[in-house]
Amino acid sequence: IKYKKKKKEWQTATTIIAVEFNGGVVLGSDSRVSAGETVVNRVMNKLSLLHDKIYCALSGSAADAQTIAEMVNYQLDVHSIEIGEDPQVRSAATLVKNISYKYKEELSAHLIVAGWDRRGGGQVFVTLNGLLSRQPFAVGGSGSSYVYGFVDAEYQKGMSKEDCQQFVVNTISLAMSRDGSSGGVAYLVTIDEKGAEEKCILGNELPTFYDQ
Amino acid sequence: MERHYMDSKIKGVSTGVSNVNYVCSKTINKLIQVHDRIFCCIAGSLADAQAVTKTAKFQISLHSIQMESPPLVKAAASVMKELCYNNKEELQAGFITAGWDKKKGPQVYTVALGGMLLSLPFTIGGSGSTYIYGYTDAKYKPDMSREECLQFATNALALAMGRDNVSGGVAHLVVITEGGVEHVVIPGDKLPKFHDE
Repeated sequence: IKYKKKKKEWQTATTIIAVEFNGGVVLGSDSRVSAGETVVNRVMNKLSLLHDKIYCALSGSAADAQTIAEMVNYQLDVHSIEIGEDPQVRSAATLVKNISYKYKEELSAHLIVAGWDRRGGGQVFVTLNGLLSRQPFAVGGSGSSYVYGFVDAEYQKGMSKEDCQQFVVNTISLAMSRDGSSGGVAYLVTIDEKGAEEKCILGNELPTFYDQ
Repeated sequence: MERHYMDSKIKGVSTGVSNVNYVCSKTINKLIQVHDRIFCCIAGSLADAQAVTKTAKFQISLHSIQMESPPLVKAAASVMKELCYNNKEELQAGFITAGWDKKKGPQVYTVALGGMLLSLPFTIGGSGSTYIYGYTDAKYKPDMSREECLQFATNALALAMGRDNVSGGVAHLVVITEGGVEHVVIPGDKLPKFHDE
């Protein structure tokens, strides 16, 4: 994986977000994949399943991110059979972190891992460049710079599931309207004790703000 | 400022509410008065910005004397734009020109790096502005009152200062109305705090 042709490589330059709420997490992402100036896929789902109740959000190089997600999916399956129960979110995040850190020179992908487990409830972990940190919410991708202010202002501890989903949709919508590398539709995954629920919100159903 | 690049985060918001017209302008570091009711916020290289505003101030005063009336905000913004566009190779500074005039009331203009001039209801600029695009898009409403406007600008500045490593310190705001100009200074510890502070 030494040779990297950065120029036309497929990038999921993107907006991804994951937020904890009381009893679970909500992950959200846009759907644009670009190679230079071209959009090569406008409906890609960047929320990848790692386990039944653990998902990760992909950003950065599309190939790198997908490969990491697939590898961790496999490793988590093996691990959960060995321990005989559902894996913890922290384990999944650690597996992602191990790969990101070991190959940090070759890889260029940032995954946000989020899910629900029995011990810790809903958890969000960031694994940027090989660090591992648990946060109440996390944003990533190129579009995230534009919404740091918004998420700082609007996040509150202990939101309900519906408020959380609305918060995520608003954030993605704002980022998509400002970032040239984010766009398309918004994908949402809500994970709680009962399982994971995937949802797709089309472009014309996204919330609009004053200038739209 | 000793630093070469101005870490300023600037914002201007314009709103008209019945007979009372307000312009709230906000800057962290430098807010230059180019005429009685027209202020200019600078972002980018401090040296370039100062040179341009000095020249612009002179040209606007001369223009106003020749016209025998206070200058239009648009005229002031155009002066900045001419200077930026004609010297675009050497300069690296962006401006927000905001003020009040008798013809159109409160207005906000932005002059971007290459010399583009745009009139907008509100605008943000500087290195810290990328972090608050989402927030300002979500929270701006047309026709805010003076207090709402000040609160909006203060919140946005505080959020940007919290995320941008080269923005910080004190928040300067200037409220320009038909009646005059008012400076509001908010020290860093009095800025609004958000969930992680």
